[in-house]
Amino acid sequence: MTFSIDFSDANLRWVLLGSMLLGIAAATLGSFAFLRGRSLMGDALAHAALPGVCCAFLVAEAGRSLGWFDIGSKSLPLLLLGAGLSGVIAAWCIAAVARHSRIKEDTAQAIILSVFFGAGVVLLTRIQHSGAGNQSGLDKFLFGQAASMVGSDLITMSGVAAILCALTFAFYKELKLLCFDADFGRGLGFPMARLDGFLLAMIVASVVIGLQAVGVVLISAMLIIPPAAARFWTEKLHRMVPLAALLGGLSGALGALFSALAPRMPTGPLIVLAATAFFVFSLLFAPRRGVLARLWLLLSTRALVRRENALRDVFEATEASLSPHSDGNKTAVEAFPGISEDELLIGRRSDAATLRATLSQLQKKGLLQMQTGRWRLTEAGLRAAYEIVRRHRLWKMFLMYETSLGAQTVDRDADAVEHFLTPAAVSQLELLLREHDLEPRLKPIS
Amino acid sequence: MAPNSPPPALEVHDLTVAYQRRPVLWDVDFALPAGNLVAIVGPNGAGKSTLLKAVMGLLPAASGWAKIHGEPVEKQRRLIGYVPQRESVDWDFPTDALDVVMMGTYGRLGWGRRPGAAQRELALKCLDQVGMSPFANRQISQLSGGQQQRVFLARALVQQAQIYFMDEPFAGVDAATETAIVELLRELKTQGKTVIVVHHDLETVKEYFDWVVMLNMRVIAHGPAGETFTPANLQKAYGGRLTLLSAVADEIMSDGGRRAQFERAKK
Repeated sequence: MTFSIDFSDANLRWVLLGSMLLGIAAATLGSFAFLRGRSLMGDALAHAALPGVCCAFLVAEAGRSLGWFDIGSKSLPLLLLGAGLSGVIAAWCIAAVARHSRIKEDTAQAIILSVFFGAGVVLLTRIQHSGAGNQSGLDKFLFGQAASMVGSDLITMSGVAAILCALTFAFYKELKLLCFDADFGRGLGFPMARLDGFLLAMIVASVVIGLQAVGVVLISAMLIIPPAAARFWTEKLHRMVPLAALLGGLSGALGALFSALAPRMPTGPLIVLAATAFFVFSLLFAPRRGVLARLWLLLSTRALVRRENALRDVFEATEASLSPHSDGNKTAVEAFPGISEDELLIGRRSDAATLRATLSQLQKKGLLQMQTGRWRLTEAGLRAAYEIVRRHRLWKMFLMYETSLGAQTVDRDADAVEHFLTPAAVSQLELLLREHDLEPRLKPIS
Repeated sequence: MAPNSPPPALEVHDLTVAYQRRPVLWDVDFALPAGNLVAIVGPNGAGKSTLLKAVMGLLPAASGWAKIHGEPVEKQRRLIGYVPQRESVDWDFPTDALDVVMMGTYGRLGWGRRPGAAQRELALKCLDQVGMSPFANRQISQLSGGQQQRVFLARALVQQAQIYFMDEPFAGVDAATETAIVELLRELKTQGKTVIVVHHDLETVKEYFDWVVMLNMRVIAHGPAGETFTPANLQKAYGGRLTLLSAVADEIMSDGGRRAQFERAKK
């Protein structure tokens, strides 16, 4: 195995360029398949292309041996035409099964994928065991061999890839509408079913041109993995599609490069590995949507809830210590002897170590103070705790009187009652607090 | 109808819709005069959303037809504004509120043309109209349910239609959004537009709407809300489920029932 690489090799440069263009086109179309919830469709269509390739080969062979015509059984356009045809037939079968039976679309895809691929493998095996079949080279359609492509193949592939990208760009607006809200698009007068068919046809085309370079088994990865990775980094479609195209192009080029470096390594798996590396990196490290970012959010939310609960507990203990006629002013807070950690642990399902950590966080923030093992609110702590307790109790009132407040359902994501209720409703809630004797009795000095 | 009077905003004639072999709507026949706020009410599974979709041509009709201002729907697409059910789309789609609203301009733009500054300005204006301009660039999954509903309303406003179809716009929204939607409906009415709303909250039908179509797979009754939305018709539409509804019927008969309920709760 040699690891030297000769960039002056014209064919290698073409292979790299072709694989990159293929990656760009596949990822661009894949973005829409991904958002349309059709991620498996590319896979089904790709597997279904295999019997088409084999049939095209057999037809050419038969034509030659019978002396009817001779277009060359290895003619790539013929093989791709076969692939495209059986892809379209498979797409039609999936739609027909899903529409006319009780079988759902994912099941239909799984059935058609395996039936067509099974038939393809049977045909392929027969061809390879027949006389001329050994040299057919059809096996490279399974896992792809980018380096085996010659100039004319590459021109076909690059040309189709460029056309697909241009079409996507031209109909970007309509495709977005199709993926987000097809019914609304119909209402605007766009023929959404036909547009859906058009998208599917473009996906078939991108699968077909990628067969030789990547192979039927793995081509769908080029459709889906780059968009899935790109989705982690952005919330805008007009940024996600170019980013997916960039990742797809890089994966294609890297896969082709490694496959050329290590002779006889199939290109498809290497492209998939390159794309997967981008995906895993995105999955872990993307801001906001990435796993680590979400873990951080989860942990910080937990810590926030624990701090609020602890503040509330100290506040309520102080409140309980007030004499019935106290006005809850500053001196009353100072008179409170404090609450011990053991007392705080009662009623909270928290372990002592977590509680201690929470309390010392609050101490560092200047919200709690500790003297001889007993905890009290500071002045800032009183202000913060008052807001938390008030919000909590308004919530309680709201849940009790939800229906009579005229809001059947509310936005539970809102962080404070004031954000989803009108000021009038909040003042009603405050009235209810007073009637239930739940108004916070400690008042911060403002 | 006098020969020279304008055609109804919506005329539905003998409309039957079937899923597979099972009809879900049959012989639906009514006409709505322009400039009204119309509620379509009926129990679950009565075919309310199906009616909207069939009228707009989103579902094939087994028989019958619908006309908007006297012409078939396909000819009148520019006159129609549509607010689908909020749950009908994936809100995790990578886009922001402004972009969703701009989709309402796609119909007039036609194939291939991109929205430009004019469309953007119109979309911002409509977002402002529903009180959502501060959220124009917010990713749509970061909006609350009520805010998402308002984005859908703004998208319909951008269509600058004559007749609006809204599928349960009040479902699952907060009080502030409900008020905003009601204000918007009244604003549309003063502009002479017709708004047809699938509505599930029987208590507010008379308060919000001036015309009612009561539906349970066929039209039970239709007409001005005051004459049509009666306990007898409710009984016909909701059948055996009326025991649940007798309390509601009492409420709608007694003025300001809701306020009374709140007073009771306060005691």
